[in-house]
Amino acid sequence: MITFGEIINNVHQGLTDALPAWLAATIEYVIIGAGFLGLYCVLALILILLERKICARFQCRIGPNRVGPWGLFQSVADMVKILLKEIISINNTDKVLFKTAMFLAIAGSFCTFGALQFGDGLACIDFNVGLFYILAISSLGVVGILLAGWSSNNKYTLIGAMRSGAQLISYELSAGIAIMTMVVLAGSLNISDIIAGQSKAWFIFQAPIPALIAFIIYLIAGHAETNRGPFDLPEAESELTAGYHTEYSGIQFGFFYLAEYLNMFIIAGVAATVFLGGWQPFQINAEWAEGFNSVMAYIPSWIWFMGKTFALVLLSLWVRWTFPRLRIDQLLKLEWKILMPISLVNLLIMAGWVLIF
Amino acid sequence: MENIMQYITAGNIIFFILAAATLLFGILTVTSTRILRAATYLFFTLFSIAGLYLQMSYDFLAAVQLSVYAGGVVILIVFAILLIKGLGEEKEINKGDRKIMGIVAAIMGALVCVSFIAKCGFTNSELAEQIAEQVNMHMIGSTLMGTEKYQYLLPFEASSILLLACIVGSIVIAQKNKEVKK
Repeated sequence: MITFGEIINNVHQGLTDALPAWLAATIEYVIIGAGFLGLYCVLALILILLERKICARFQCRIGPNRVGPWGLFQSVADMVKILLKEIISINNTDKVLFKTAMFLAIAGSFCTFGALQFGDGLACIDFNVGLFYILAISSLGVVGILLAGWSSNNKYTLIGAMRSGAQLISYELSAGIAIMTMVVLAGSLNISDIIAGQSKAWFIFQAPIPALIAFIIYLIAGHAETNRGPFDLPEAESELTAGYHTEYSGIQFGFFYLAEYLNMFIIAGVAATVFLGGWQPFQINAEWAEGFNSVMAYIPSWIWFMGKTFALVLLSLWVRWTFPRLRIDQLLKLEWKILMPISLVNLLIMAGWVLIF
Repeated sequence: MENIMQYITAGNIIFFILAAATLLFGILTVTSTRILRAATYLFFTLFSIAGLYLQMSYDFLAAVQLSVYAGGVVILIVFAILLIKGLGEEKEINKGDRKIMGIVAAIMGALVCVSFIAKCGFTNSELAEQIAEQVNMHMIGSTLMGTEKYQYLLPFEASSILLLACIVGSIVIAQKNKEVKK
């Protein structure tokens, strides 16, 4: 079977043979950038349609059903519409920051997206502190949200931004500690090493008790970081109209919208990579399961990654449309009094687990 | 002409873009009269410096720069600014004494930079990359938590006590009003 790594190597070889090194490198960067941008947008369209369909199911509706079969092209139509919409410029805003904020929000999301590994050999950014990079670069988005809220010069947006900032900073801690717990098990921050370490059994099966606790904590904290229900206080529509992006219109709003949906995908992707083996197939580490293992390994790696990620995305949608919104004090209590202590103790359990087994 | 051409490599071009961005946003940070804009420009400065670290293959320091300075410190600054009233107005920043102190600080900073460059000079980037590749996560971790010579467990623990003191202190300040009521 031809792997992505071979295709990429062949293309790289062909380009470097035919062209000078700097031109070949530039062309490669442009291809990779365009590819990632395309994937980013297509995933956003799929996620938006998925969300609307599933939300409709939860509310006993049908959801989009007019554009194309089963409403499949609804989000394409919406995309065209949002691109054509007028961008309304507002007086009395801090114009520079207002325009910068949306790019920061989407750049933070896109930079994190680039660090995911979509399949065997389908990795863009892969260096020895990959996981740390993912945690670090996502801070761009927080700055974007805070600036958007403030520069709009509107009380609703400011309150939304403050809530969002408090929420992101708080939940970043337990998400980071949950990831660190798994780094203790993996012994590396390199994403390729982490995935390679799960070729026999996924980390969640290698250390069932601490890994499962960390997995649940990461899912809760990650879900809170995406600003989606039940943690959607930053844009609580019944209280704050639309939170920090109230004043944005047209594609400017689209940027925040896109970043929000892709952040959901990224959180699910990171969880799939760190806990569920990334693109590694499901393997049973026993002699009787050889046939089963080879069947599982025959399924392409990118299907494994996408399957796991979308399963976690569905979980996130399920949570969003099931639970009522938390109050701000409940939100902070959940993080500081429940998740933080558990994740710190869990880190110790994991360290003990690694030392003993 | 050929001499100049050999210096135009992709690495050098990227370096100059990053350096120019660092300087530009650094200047904008200190000249901007709106405090939140200054914080944003500071964010971009720190970000470009992280890019410089990345170019030296010092990935760990780049990630630390992003998460601690760009992610942590700047967000805290922005957060603190958001809690202050009357932000949007332009403020005059350079008055009397401050101007003199600013000049003194600038001269001191320049002296530190010049003395570093005079002492160490510019090494070629290949050497820097080789050194950076030897510094991996395991080495940083064991150096930080080790008790032998050139290892830093004691300063590490001391700084954690300092941070704990800061946290307790901030709680005490925040609770001031409640104690007055008693």
